[in-house]
Amino acid sequence: MTASVANANGYNFAYLDEQTKRMIRRGLLKAVAIPGYQVPFGGREMPMPYGWGTGGMQLTASVLGQDDVLKVIDQGADDTTNAVSIRAFFERVAGVTTTTATAEADVIQTRHRIPEQPLCQGQLLIFQVPIPEPLRFIEPSEEETRLMHALEEYGVMHVKLYEDIARHGHIATTYAYPVKVDGRYVTDPSPIPKFDNPKLHMSEALMLFGAGREKRLYAIPPHTRVESLDFDDHPFEVQQWDAPCAICGARDTFLDEVITDDQGGRMFVCSDTDYCQSRVEEVA
Amino acid sequence: MYVAVKGGEQAIANAHRWLADRRRGPRETPELDVAQVEGQLRLAVSRVMAEASLYDPELAALAIKQSSGDMVEAVFLLRAYRTTLPRLAETLPLDTAAMRIERRISATYKDIPGGQVLGPTYDYTHRLLDFLQLANAEVASPVAAEEGLAACPQLLELLDAEGLIEREEDDGAEPYDITRDPPDFPVDRATRLQMLARGDEGYLLALGYSTQRGYGRNHPFAGEIRLGSLEVEIAVEEDDEPLCIGEIEISECQMINQFGGSRETAPQFTRGYGLALGHNERKTMAMALVDRALRAEELGETTAGPAQQAEFVLAHADSVEAAGFVSHLKLPHYVDFQSELELLRRLRREHAARAGVGAGVDTKTNTATSNATHSDPVKEQQA
Repeated sequence: MTASVANANGYNFAYLDEQTKRMIRRGLLKAVAIPGYQVPFGGREMPMPYGWGTGGMQLTASVLGQDDVLKVIDQGADDTTNAVSIRAFFERVAGVTTTTATAEADVIQTRHRIPEQPLCQGQLLIFQVPIPEPLRFIEPSEEETRLMHALEEYGVMHVKLYEDIARHGHIATTYAYPVKVDGRYVTDPSPIPKFDNPKLHMSEALMLFGAGREKRLYAIPPHTRVESLDFDDHPFEVQQWDAPCAICGARDTFLDEVITDDQGGRMFVCSDTDYCQSRVEEVA
Repeated sequence: MYVAVKGGEQAIANAHRWLADRRRGPRETPELDVAQVEGQLRLAVSRVMAEASLYDPELAALAIKQSSGDMVEAVFLLRAYRTTLPRLAETLPLDTAAMRIERRISATYKDIPGGQVLGPTYDYTHRLLDFLQLANAEVASPVAAEEGLAACPQLLELLDAEGLIEREEDDGAEPYDITRDPPDFPVDRATRLQMLARGDEGYLLALGYSTQRGYGRNHPFAGEIRLGSLEVEIAVEEDDEPLCIGEIEISECQMINQFGGSRETAPQFTRGYGLALGHNERKTMAMALVDRALRAEELGETTAGPAQQAEFVLAHADSVEAAGFVSHLKLPHYVDFQSELELLRRLRREHAARAGVGAGVDTKTNTATSNATHSDPVKEQQA
């Protein structure tokens, strides 16, 4: 998808040099071949801080072609500051067309959400990942967690979820909810709300995950089984809201709470701004 | 009617414009020149070059100016530039024994071959503010030595000749390149040293200090600290003489630490090593302490101190990574926070139901009541 063209800014097309992009694409091929497995890659410094989406940006830069249409969202919204900043970056260094419409995008870079509108075959969803290791908060050592993955030693994760139930009566993980990909690797879906987890299962689109600081990438290919970890007597369930979206009236979307005054007044609106707006336009 | 906040783009542009104004400062004072930073804030320039892993005093000075003196930001600017540079050649290993010495001291011997050279050091200055500098007083030229310094042998080589200190030899292995490949824990010493060389000075200082206070003590002596200039060479053709492509300033610290030894090998002093681009003496000393601490396992010592935990020390040493991840907390987390809110409200509803009071009970009242029963909370805690 990539062509080697230096643009007016003196940087290569999409910022990274072609050698680096090739190295990353090789890593991505491996990731697709082993769904959910974290592939180490020689992550580069990006001109944005680590933790602000450098992993996702390196993946986007590596797969982006000149004719691709790019959408960037953060918290589901196209107009959050960091989404604006990353979109502006690729407009500047790649000169690609950008969009806010989910259906029109070839490549979607996202932080913390999966769009409400189902994705189609051929679309790429690229996640920004802060901590790619789902076992990290149980076992801090990389040496250990790598061994645990190799031996499929995932009992500790179930123990952690069980302890939640014992203490709170519920599994107390609400985002970055661990999944098992293709019946093999326990994987961190990035800090998306667990509301979005079902969208990972048998998706039409290829989903790529990039962690820049931790220098890991992984993938969930289309039509791959993705199960959220749970128990028979405590099945996985997603968040629900009592009220519909105050703008478009949707009852099946993830809602953000907005504080409207200093009297404790609040309302709930879709976190996916494009979806919300398109519903409003349909009605009008 | 609520309208979603728009206009992030304009807000960002305006913020950058304001920032540029703040950086420039009052227009009635002359603008800071990059050459002034390079010439007069040399230690800041050195630190930025060392932690960015790029030897370019002018661009380091530019980064300091552009970041308003925020060193972590300056390191980041230069590092992000470094990553775009092509790799044209690889230099030959530097021989620090051939250094053109500016400063060289040892704390282990009173006099050493080649002599002790204090050089330009803040050591022994009385830390009294020099108010004359408020008025830009004239500064006298330094006293030049009558003859140039000869190349000084590495002091530890002298101990090596007697077999008193562990020998360090080049095993000829191709070093791992931390700028091209992700660290693969556990990492070897060459890789550790690369990571420490670009590690944050404050972080290494604290860790090194912790070993002195007993968290992984290793009984260090400053065997030799040297600062000076070294020629950098590349091999153009295999059989030709190496070609000098320039000179860089380097700081080096070799620590001598307490002995290891076993039934098979006689006891020997061990080593800790620190090296940094530019004039970075404190950094190299701290690095040498931490390097030695990280060798604990290899030398058969117990690893109880934080400075001895390789993955912990190395994974958190880089200021660009650390500053980035801490600062990312400023990014919106509405969605995750909303998810937590929803769960917390549910848990509290269930908690209230279990406690036999109606849902929506005001917890503030609860707290106040429980406080009231304990008239003296301090006494309660002590009891």
